[in-house]
Amino acid sequence: MAILRLQQLITRHVGPIELSVAAGECVCIHGASGSGKTLLLRAIADLDPHDGEAWLDAESCSSLPAPDWRRSVALVIAESQWWSERVGDHFAMGVDAAWMEGLGLPTDALDWQLGRCSTGERQRLALLRTLMQAPAVLLLDEPTGNLDQESTQRVEALLDDYRRQRQAALLWVSHDTGQIDRVAARRFILRDGQLAEEARP
Amino acid sequence: MNVIALSPFDLAVAALLILALAGLSRRLQLGVERQLLASAARSTIQLFLIGLVLKVLFDNVHLVWVALMATVMIVVAGREVMVRQKRRFVGWWGFGVGTVSMFVSSFTVTVMALLVVIGTSPWYAPQYAIPLLGMILGNTMNGISLGLDRLTQDAAQKRSIIESRLALGQSWQQAISDSRHEAIRVGLIPIINAMSAAGIVSLPGMMTGQILAGIPPVEAVKYQILVMFLIAGGTGFGTVVAVSFAARRLFDERQRLRLDRLSSPKT
Repeated sequence: MAILRLQQLITRHVGPIELSVAAGECVCIHGASGSGKTLLLRAIADLDPHDGEAWLDAESCSSLPAPDWRRSVALVIAESQWWSERVGDHFAMGVDAAWMEGLGLPTDALDWQLGRCSTGERQRLALLRTLMQAPAVLLLDEPTGNLDQESTQRVEALLDDYRRQRQAALLWVSHDTGQIDRVAARRFILRDGQLAEEARP
Repeated sequence: MNVIALSPFDLAVAALLILALAGLSRRLQLGVERQLLASAARSTIQLFLIGLVLKVLFDNVHLVWVALMATVMIVVAGREVMVRQKRRFVGWWGFGVGTVSMFVSSFTVTVMALLVVIGTSPWYAPQYAIPLLGMILGNTMNGISLGLDRLTQDAAQKRSIIESRLALGQSWQQAISDSRHEAIRVGLIPIINAMSAAGIVSLPGMMTGQILAGIPPVEAVKYQILVMFLIAGGTGFGTVVAVSFAARRLFDERQRLRLDRLSSPKT
């Protein structure tokens, strides 16, 4: 159980941002292309130099070794990236068979060659890869961007389960307003470098 | 030693080849005659100058002069490594990474060879020290510039992959490991090729020179083997040091990939 809190976070043209996401809460962010949604997530994951501080409960980002922070506050980028030829080589801790099934992937998918996987399969596998590390906070950059309707529902359902069971905090960037209606407890629009909260419809 | 001294006339005959080649280039409109003549003139002047410098150096054997010469050589080599990079580190690092690693490997290998293997007296005898250092430095320079060039280009190209690995909580060493291995391998290929082809495809220049100067072939061969191994050692360790230094510099204290520390690619 952990609360993610951003304090005066500034990265390039974004910020200063104040935001907190409670344990078990899902917060969605949307905004025009180039408004800095991805930049914001990258700064929270400490992949870009930034000002201000991010906190996980009482621990600040700068007080933890960067790899430890990134394992707890995990960013899943929009275009999944792979460095080895076999899918299974990217899963150091194995994989949860129930989650595989939940995402509509066969259990032998770990033996696949990446060259054979479709973009959608890769995107779901990349999400699983991160979930296997049991992060306390998930920073999701359009996690269903390349998926069809059925796969999108599966991903939403799995993330919902994960959030409830682990009391994980989700910060979810999406441009799909239907999706935001389905998953978000609170929603923000990022405009001119500032987050503005929007009312539930 | 029965050295057959070359007269100016002998060299002039060889120079006719260059003139003939320049004439042909003009005739075929290849447009390289200017460059050809200029580079031939440059190498003549540079080699004569270094010949004079070496003559003075050999006549006045003193550690300070040898050290000064070695410093000039390494600075020029360091600059050469920097200039050959498509994407180099900005600021002093661009010059420093290559130069420091060349210093570490070339000097260690040369001094070791002088002290332990050849055992000259004094150990810095310029007749041995300068040519040895020159050969080791020249090859190490190639290995390091190839390795660094590959590393920085690879990191820029695989930026998303490296950052994904970081985002999964991997350390910078893990995240860059593939590019690092590849860069070191690329730096070592030329010397490995040279060693495998030596004697069969090519007669190495140093050995050929010694044989031409009247040294018995087997003695020349032994020196060539020594030099090959020294070069391989210098190049190998130099490339490992340079690529590792550079890989470290690509990440900051929070283990972020910092491609902004590289200049934009030269076109």
